[in-house]
Amino acid sequence: MSKTIGLTGDEAIAYAAKQSNVDVVAAYPITPQTIIVEAFSEYVFNGEVETEFVCVESEHSAMSACIGSSLTGARVFTATASQGLALMHEMLYIASGLRCPIVMGVANRALSAPINIHGDHSDMMGSRDCGWIQIYAENAQEAYDWIIQAFKIAEDHNVLLPVTVSIDAYILSHSMEGVQVQGDEETSRFLSTRKPVFTLNPDKPVTVGAICLTDYYFEMKRQQVEALKESFGVIHKVNEEYKDFTNRNYSTIEAYGMEDAEAAIICLGSTAGTAKAVAKKLRSEGRKVGVVKPWVYRPFPTEEILGAIKDLRALAVLDRACSFGAPCGALCSDILAALFQKGKELRIFNGIYGLGGRDITPSDIESVFNEALEAAETGVVKEPVKFIGVRE
Amino acid sequence: MSDSDKPGWKSVPIGGLLLEPGSALKYKTGDWKSFRPIIDEEKCTNCLLCWIYCPDGAIVRKENLVAVDYEYCKGCGICANECPVKAITMEEERR
Repeated sequence: MSKTIGLTGDEAIAYAAKQSNVDVVAAYPITPQTIIVEAFSEYVFNGEVETEFVCVESEHSAMSACIGSSLTGARVFTATASQGLALMHEMLYIASGLRCPIVMGVANRALSAPINIHGDHSDMMGSRDCGWIQIYAENAQEAYDWIIQAFKIAEDHNVLLPVTVSIDAYILSHSMEGVQVQGDEETSRFLSTRKPVFTLNPDKPVTVGAICLTDYYFEMKRQQVEALKESFGVIHKVNEEYKDFTNRNYSTIEAYGMEDAEAAIICLGSTAGTAKAVAKKLRSEGRKVGVVKPWVYRPFPTEEILGAIKDLRALAVLDRACSFGAPCGALCSDILAALFQKGKELRIFNGIYGLGGRDITPSDIESVFNEALEAAETGVVKEPVKFIGVRE
Repeated sequence: MSDSDKPGWKSVPIGGLLLEPGSALKYKTGDWKSFRPIIDEEKCTNCLLCWIYCPDGAIVRKENLVAVDYEYCKGCGICANECPVKAITMEEERR
């Protein structure tokens, strides 16, 4: 039986983890993710879950404990944000390299310095090449839904990769929404238990983490590339199963108004909600705008994105992180590369916005749509990379 | 076996996993050495200090003497340094 309850983004992630029958949680609290760990430790204290909760002294240790647990065949969950994710950095590569299907909630927060606790995507973008599947939720409902799906995707034998599910700091992590949750038993049935390919078992010994030099390392990395590629099919399959289970529809991207849009915005996370609301208003005034929201950022859904933007005349790419010294933001780089690989041309500009939690308002978004429509009409991009909402 | 003869990414276990216990025996680390310990059997008193100190277990005990397992000896020279009767000399490896 599904029901609607009030949950913040953090609570929605903790609730989904609770229903996923996680064997081990090793986590360290950090703002704005703390509520995930707090809520989960309450479930443990109340006896609502049979999870081994490992209190650790840092995020580096948290991810290390998660990797060890995952290798025994356990279903493992953790959560972090910002500096915590940065401190985990080397272990992130080990988790994916050892093919541990760990699921992690990340409350996206700016990186120091200067210290800041508010939302942007600097933390995730700094980890984008670490071999994890990376999912961005637009609201608490999506965060809940993706955490449950993430276990099924991660643990699939054609994937065996860790997954992050991201929510924007405060805007999602601390804002309460009505979230439709499934019943505990149905969710257990949907997910079943993890069926590991191998485990750390003295009766059937395997060596994990052996040195792998010039003669084999490259092959291991090539396997990871393939596993990420394979994950597309698995993600779509799990989305279908989840739709049968909940009647809620997911995919690698969401396209809004793209069937006839001439100009569009593409962005990650909660900003897509604002963009869709503004697009709805503009469309009611007869202006042909749309929004593309990649739910899945790694692996990069090239085909789906190119399919959604194929009839566009101009596209604004919004990045909530600086890729210092690069020609543009990370999402914009990926889209430009995808278009160029397929020999496609499109008027594109990049808007860097919202660093350190600076608000992006509907009127900011409307100006971006106006510029995109102007570029669509004139065929000219005035400013290839612009900073939205920063004081001169 | 040269690297190009080794199995490709499609056929090796994922994640650098080794499914066979004790497979390190197959990895002959002896070809790492640039110096080779030579035991002078006349001087050797079979005190076994070299056998105790060898970090790779590459000193082999025989009936009355010791010998070097050159397939695994990396040529570190600890045995020669520890030998109380200077029975071990390190000679440059030639290939």
